[in-house]
Amino acid sequence: MIILGILFLIFPLVVRSSYYQHLVIIIFMWVVIGSSWNLLAGYTGQVSFGHAIFFGVGAYTAGIFVTKLGISAWWGMVFGGFFSMFIGLFVGWVCFRLRGPYFALATLAGGEIIRLIATNWESLTDGMVGILIIQSFMSKLPYYYIAFALAVACVYTIQLIMKSKWGYYFVSIREDEDAAASLGINTTLYKNLSLLVSSFFTGMAGAFYMNYMAFIDPHVVFSLHYISIMAILVGIVGGVATIWGPAVGAFVMVGLQETFRSSFFGLAPKWTSQAHALVFGLLVIFVIMFLANGIVGDWQKIRRHVFKMKPSSS
Amino acid sequence: MELLEVKNLTKAFGGLLAVNDVSFHVDQGEIVGLIGPNGSGKTTTFNCINQFFPVTSGDILFKGKSIVGLKTYQICHLGIGRTFQVVKPLARMTVLENVTASAFCRVNSIKEAKDEALRVLEFCNLSDQTDKLARSLPIAGRKRLEIARALATKPELVLLDETAAGLNSGELDEAIDLIKKIRDNGVSILIVEHIMKVIMTISDRIHAINFGQTIAEGTPQEVANDPAVIEAYLGEQHAQG
Repeated sequence: MIILGILFLIFPLVVRSSYYQHLVIIIFMWVVIGSSWNLLAGYTGQVSFGHAIFFGVGAYTAGIFVTKLGISAWWGMVFGGFFSMFIGLFVGWVCFRLRGPYFALATLAGGEIIRLIATNWESLTDGMVGILIIQSFMSKLPYYYIAFALAVACVYTIQLIMKSKWGYYFVSIREDEDAAASLGINTTLYKNLSLLVSSFFTGMAGAFYMNYMAFIDPHVVFSLHYISIMAILVGIVGGVATIWGPAVGAFVMVGLQETFRSSFFGLAPKWTSQAHALVFGLLVIFVIMFLANGIVGDWQKIRRHVFKMKPSSS
Repeated sequence: MELLEVKNLTKAFGGLLAVNDVSFHVDQGEIVGLIGPNGSGKTTTFNCINQFFPVTSGDILFKGKSIVGLKTYQICHLGIGRTFQVVKPLARMTVLENVTASAFCRVNSIKEAKDEALRVLEFCNLSDQTDKLARSLPIAGRKRLEIARALATKPELVLLDETAAGLNSGELDEAIDLIKKIRDNGVSILIVEHIMKVIMTISDRIHAINFGQTIAEGTPQEVANDPAVIEAYLGEQHAQG
């Protein structure tokens, strides 16, 4: 793990291509969003179809800091997280009255509602015109290291949480909410705590996106399929309820998305760039049928079948 | 001293009175049996005591204070543990993790919670199963896990909901021993059970209900010979004969 960390630290110094640096930055961002989603959905069992809410709120906080208050969008990295938490509190207050699939549907609706608000509240968000800021750095390096630090902080925090009382409580709630309550677990409180941590990091990722891409509009940052669904895919493909699953999922999904977006790096005909939704669909079917626990969760199974190796005894 | 006092408890689901004006109490250190035919309102009474359901009317006092209107998790913190008739193992957690999660009710550090969990698991004869997933346990193990989880919250009163149902005769004797051991450790018990061997041997007092209403109360002997109880279980002819 340390070796991998060092590799990522020196990667942008070795690979000077800004294209590949950009890809890894986006992957880091998805590690954060995927891991946050995984904390809430994978560990706590509250499947969210609305993580774009927190991503978008984070991004817009950073953006509005610049356009309305005239302060640096980097402040949005901190306040975006906290403001996302605040929205998370509200989402939890409304949606945690529902359980299971009904909770998921409520978050889905929440995502659409906030997208429409952002589109129509033009005096605050400039609506569909979007927000354009000036990037702080010409080089990708600062962004790279900030994204890397954010990803590491997020995964590390979640790992700490899962080893603590909170972690036990989150998983208990996922397994059986009634049993959890009878064991003295304040299920409402702990579901909200999970949501707050999740929304905080997702909001940070959103604010980072604003800083990095320098342009947002409601259809990008509040997007159902580019953010909310992608967060779910990253989690499911990598491995739900595993620490490293979303990290692996982020690599696979961003890699795939980019491969298709660029029509296999220009090698395949142009129309293949439209095919990524189809391939994502097939991938999800494949993962659910054969790797229900995702790449990390079913790693032993993959080793057995693909590499014809005996499962290690560990 | 009365640990738990249920006063004129009534629970209505729409027009159906599942529990109708039931009153009983559990003293410190006592094992009280709650019996009645299927659908007579035993589990509903449990669900009212630990506040899964809001109570329609009546009062429930624990150590002299009303607990009606509290949340389920608060009931547990006050010192009432429960098991479920339809067992609810935290399936994808190990046995140890199941019990550790409930031990966090009283302690905050991982180490203390794990130590407490291991102690309780040993008490419940589950020490050799600690690393198994809860869903891999057979029914007897799951019932024990329910008890272990309830005990790990350090309750003063446990509500045992048919913890002996579905066990074979060897397992049954073990279950009886375990329940007696729990009482010897100073925990009072309110138990719902259909298996007469269990309820008659361990209960200090028995409270019988049918259609949500009290039909008899007293020592196991008194209740077993009560015409109303015999009628409820076996029909009118037996009650007269």
